[in-house]
Amino acid sequence: MSAHLTGYTGDPRIRWTEWLPWIVAAAAFFLLPEYLALGVRILIFILFALSLDLILGYAGIITLGHSAFFGLGAYVAGCLSAKAGVSDPFLQLAAAAGAAGVLGVLTGAVILRTRALTLLMLTMAITSILLETANKWTSMTGGADGLSGVTVAPILGAFKFDLFGRVAFIYCLVALFVAWLLVRRLIYSPFGAMLTGMRENTMRMHAVGAPVYMRLIAVYTISAVMAGVAGALLTQTNQFVGLNVLGFELAGEVLVMLILGGVGRLYGAFIGPVVYLIAQDYLAKQFPEYWYFGIGFILVLVVIFAPGGILGLLDKIRLRRRAV
Amino acid sequence: MILYVISVGLSVTMGLMGFINLAHGVFAMAGGYVFATSLGRLGLPFPLALVAAFLFTALLSIALERLLYSRLYSAGELAQVLFTIGLIFMAVAVARALYGTLAPPVFLPDYLRGQVHVLGRDFPTYRVFIIAFSFLIILGLWFGVERTRWGAMVRAAVDHRAMAQSVGINTRLLFTLTFALGSGLAGLGGGLGADIIAVQPSYPFEHLVFFLIVVALGGLGSLRGPFIAALLLGIADTACKYWVPELGAFLIYAATIGVLLWRPMGLFGTRV
Amino acid sequence: MKISKLAIVAALALASSAAFAQTIKIGFITSYSGLNGNLGPYMERAVRLYIKLHENELPPGVKIELITRDDTGPNPDKAKQLAQELVVREKVNLLAGVVFTPNAMSIAPIATEAKVPFVIMNAGTAVITTRSPYIARTSFTLWQSSYPLGQWASKKFKTGYTLVSDFGPGHDAEEGFTKAFTEGGGKMLGNVRVPLQNPDWAAYMQRVKDAKPDTLMVFIPAGKTATAVMKNFAELGLDKAGIKLIGPGDITTDEELPNMGDVALGVTTMFHYSAAAERPANKAFVAAWKKEYGANETPNFLSAGSWDGTAMIFEAIKQQKGKLNPDKTMEIFKSWKFADSPRGPISIDPETRDIVQNEYLREVRKVGGQLANVEIETFATAVKDPWKELQKKK
Repeated sequence: MSAHLTGYTGDPRIRWTEWLPWIVAAAAFFLLPEYLALGVRILIFILFALSLDLILGYAGIITLGHSAFFGLGAYVAGCLSAKAGVSDPFLQLAAAAGAAGVLGVLTGAVILRTRALTLLMLTMAITSILLETANKWTSMTGGADGLSGVTVAPILGAFKFDLFGRVAFIYCLVALFVAWLLVRRLIYSPFGAMLTGMRENTMRMHAVGAPVYMRLIAVYTISAVMAGVAGALLTQTNQFVGLNVLGFELAGEVLVMLILGGVGRLYGAFIGPVVYLIAQDYLAKQFPEYWYFGIGFILVLVVIFAPGGILGLLDKIRLRRRAV
Repeated sequence: MILYVISVGLSVTMGLMGFINLAHGVFAMAGGYVFATSLGRLGLPFPLALVAAFLFTALLSIALERLLYSRLYSAGELAQVLFTIGLIFMAVAVARALYGTLAPPVFLPDYLRGQVHVLGRDFPTYRVFIIAFSFLIILGLWFGVERTRWGAMVRAAVDHRAMAQSVGINTRLLFTLTFALGSGLAGLGGGLGADIIAVQPSYPFEHLVFFLIVVALGGLGSLRGPFIAALLLGIADTACKYWVPELGAFLIYAATIGVLLWRPMGLFGTRV
Repeated sequence: MKISKLAIVAALALASSAAFAQTIKIGFITSYSGLNGNLGPYMERAVRLYIKLHENELPPGVKIELITRDDTGPNPDKAKQLAQELVVREKVNLLAGVVFTPNAMSIAPIATEAKVPFVIMNAGTAVITTRSPYIARTSFTLWQSSYPLGQWASKKFKTGYTLVSDFGPGHDAEEGFTKAFTEGGGKMLGNVRVPLQNPDWAAYMQRVKDAKPDTLMVFIPAGKTATAVMKNFAELGLDKAGIKLIGPGDITTDEELPNMGDVALGVTTMFHYSAAAERPANKAFVAAWKKEYGANETPNFLSAGSWDGTAMIFEAIKQQKGKLNPDKTMEIFKSWKFADSPRGPISIDPETRDIVQNEYLREVRKVGGQLANVEIETFATAVKDPWKELQKKK
C-alpha cells in the first residue's frame, strides 16, 4: 500500500482544506448537542487511529497490539484516580502518556528487531499479557467487572464533565488539536521523510546510513504515547475502565476505521472513525447481525479494490477529473 | 493438542505459501460447526462426521481461495492481514446468524468417553485419542511432504515459483490444493476439539493468538516445529494452571516472547 | 363549508386524544451479541410478552415504547454510552435490562445524574444496588443463592471446594458459599478462581480431584460455559470419585440443560427460578411463552427477572396514572410486592431496593424424557440479600 505523494514533498504550510475538520467539529458542537457523546467517542478514536496511522501507515509496521498502549493509558488514568485518589485531569493524562511511552520504548526496543509474522505475534503477545494482568489483578483493575469510581476533578477548576458531554467534547477536541499539530510537524519534517523512506525501502535506508532502528523506536514511542493519551481520555470521559480497552476486537475496529479512511494519510485517521462510528451508531442498532458482516465485507472490498481507503478513492476521482 | 492439528494447517499455508492467513480460525470454526451438526442433527457416526468436517472446510477454502485469496498473493503483508481480518468479521457474523451464539452440543460416542489407565494414572480417553491422532497426522504430512512427488512439487513452487512453473508444475492448482489441505486440517481440528474448545461465533478471534503462537514458536515452513510447540505449550499451560492458577495464561505469553526473542524464526523455522 | 367544519372537528378530536395519549419510553439495554449474547432475547421476549398480555391494564391513552439497545457483551463503556444516549436523545422515562455487572455499574452514575429509575433485570453482584439511589433490582444476587446453598451443604458434606469465574458474581458466589459452609461446620479445602475467558478446564478440575473434597461448588456464567464445565467434570471422573457437584442455579440454566446431556443428572442447585416449577403462576407463564414463541422454547431466570421487572414498572405506571415522576416511581418500587410471580412471592426490600424472594433447592431429573430443574423443597423464604444484611451488622 503506497501512500499518496502529499507527504514529505508537500508544502508544510496548512492548506485551507485542512481547517475543515475543525470547522465541522465546532459546528457539531453547536448544532448537534444531543450527539455530543458520540462526538466524544469519535474524537477519541480519531486520536487512536492517528497514532496507529503513524506506525502502520507512515512507518509501515504491521501491528495488532496497539490496544496495549491504549489500554495501559486507560488503566493508568483510572487506577490513579480510583486507587490513588489523584483526580486532576492533566496529571492523569501525563501519567498515562508517561506509562504508555515507557512501554513503547521498552517493547519497541525488543520487538522492532523482528519482522512480519514474528513482529505481529509479539505485538499480540504483549497485549495479551497486559490483558491477562488486568484480568487477574482484580484489586487494582477491578478485573472483569471493570474499574468504577474514577473521578475527574473539574478541568481548570471550573468545567465539570456533564451528562450531555459538552465539556468532554471540548476537552477531547483540544487534545486532538494538539496531537494533530504535533503529527503534522512530524510528517512534514525530515524525520517524516525518513519514515516514508523506511517504509518504502528499508534496505536502502540502511545503505544510506539512516539510523533506522532508533527512528523506528522513536516513532513507535510517540505513537504509543498518543494511544495512551487516547485511552486516558476514554477513561476520563466515561469515568470507568473495562477490560475491553485491551481487547483485540477494539484493535481490529480501529484498524478497520483507519483502512476505511485511508492508511498512510493524515486525514485517513480523521475520516475513517467518523464514517465508521456514525454508520455504526445508526446501522448497528437497526441490524446488529448485518453490521458485523457488513464491516468485514467492506474491509475485504476495500483491501482488494480500494487499498487507499476513502481518501484514495477521492484522489482517484480527482485525478480522473484532471485528466479529462 | 487440538491446537496442533489446527495450527499445522496454518503452518502449511503460511510457511509453504507465504500467505498470512489470520482467518485460519474461521476454517477451524467451520469444521467445528459441521462436525457438531453432523454428529448431532444429522446423526452421522463419529468418523464420518470428522470426514465431513474435513471435506466441507477444504471445499470452502477452495472456493474462497479461487475467489478472493488468489488476488492477494502478491499484495503486501498488510493487505493480507487486513483481508483476513475482514474475513473473520464476516464469518463471525454468518456463524452467529446461522447458529446463534450458543455452542452446538457435541455428543461423543461412548467408546471415546471415560478414562484410560496409562502408566498408573487416569487420563481422559478422548484426550489420549487426540494426541494419538495428531501424531498420525504429523506422520502422514511429513511423509507426504518429504517423500512424495506432490511434496517435492510444493516445496519447489514455494522456493521459486517462476522456476517451478517453467518446469511445468501447475503452481495455481498446487497452491489451491495445498491451501485446501491446510484449511481442511483446520476444520478437522475444529471438529476434533469441539468437545473441549467450544465452537461459537467468537472462536476465530478468541483463539487467533494461540494459533499464531504455535506457528510462530514452532517456526514457519516446518512440520515438526508446530507439533513440538503445541506439545510444549499444552504441557506448560496445563502445568501452570495446576500449580499456579493465579498466573493463568500469563506464562504462555511471556514464554512466547522469550523464545521468539532468542530465536526469531521459531524453534525449527527455516524462514521468517 | 361543511367539509372544513368537519375537518376542524376532526382536528380537534385528534388533538384532544393526542393530549391524553402518553408514551412511556423504556430504554432497554441488554446483550444481543458478544459473550453470552444469546441471553438478551430471553429478557426482551419476557418484557414484550408481559406488555402484550397486560397492556389493557394501563391507564387509558398510555402506551409503552420499548427502545432496545445492544451493549455487545460485558462492555461497560459501550453500555454507558448507550444509556447516555437513551437519556439525552430519546429522553426515556426508565432504563431497564442489563445482563452483565460491569455494564450495570457504569450505567449507575447516569441514572443518578439524570434521575432516571433503572430497573436491573439480571446483573447479580450484590454491590450494584448501592451505586445509585435510582436502582431497583428484580433479578437476584449471588449471595441469595450461594449463602443458603452453603447452609444446606454444611449439613450434608464435611469438606468442600469452590471453583468460580473470576469476576463480581463469581467472587460473591465464592464468598457467600464459603461463609455459610464454614459457619455450618464444614471445612473448605480450597478456592480457585478461573478467568472469564478460558478454553480449558482440565487443569482446574484435576486440582479439585486431587484435593478430594466431598462436594464441589461451581459458579460460572450461565450458558455454554456451564456445559463445558459439566463435561469436564464427568470426563475427568470427578463424579466417579464421589465428589458431588452443586452450585447456584446458573450452572444448570433451563435453556442450556438439553445441551448438557445426562452428565447433568443429579446436580443439585439452589435458585429462585426453575422453568419446571409447579406453581400455577409459572405454569401459566411457561404456557404463554410457548404459545408466543414456539413449543420448543423455554423461559429461564433472565426471563423471570425481566417479567417481574416489567410487572413492577406497570405498577408504577398504574399508580401514577401514566405521569411518571422519578422519585415517586422509586417510592413505589421500594414498597412493591408481587405474590403471583412465576417464582413465587417476591417483594423489594425498601432499605436496599433489592429483590427479596424464596430460594428453592432443586435437582436435575428427567421429566417426560427431558432434563429439568425439579424443585425439591423451598429451602428459604423471603430471603433478603445476605451480603447487605451482613454489612448492616458490621
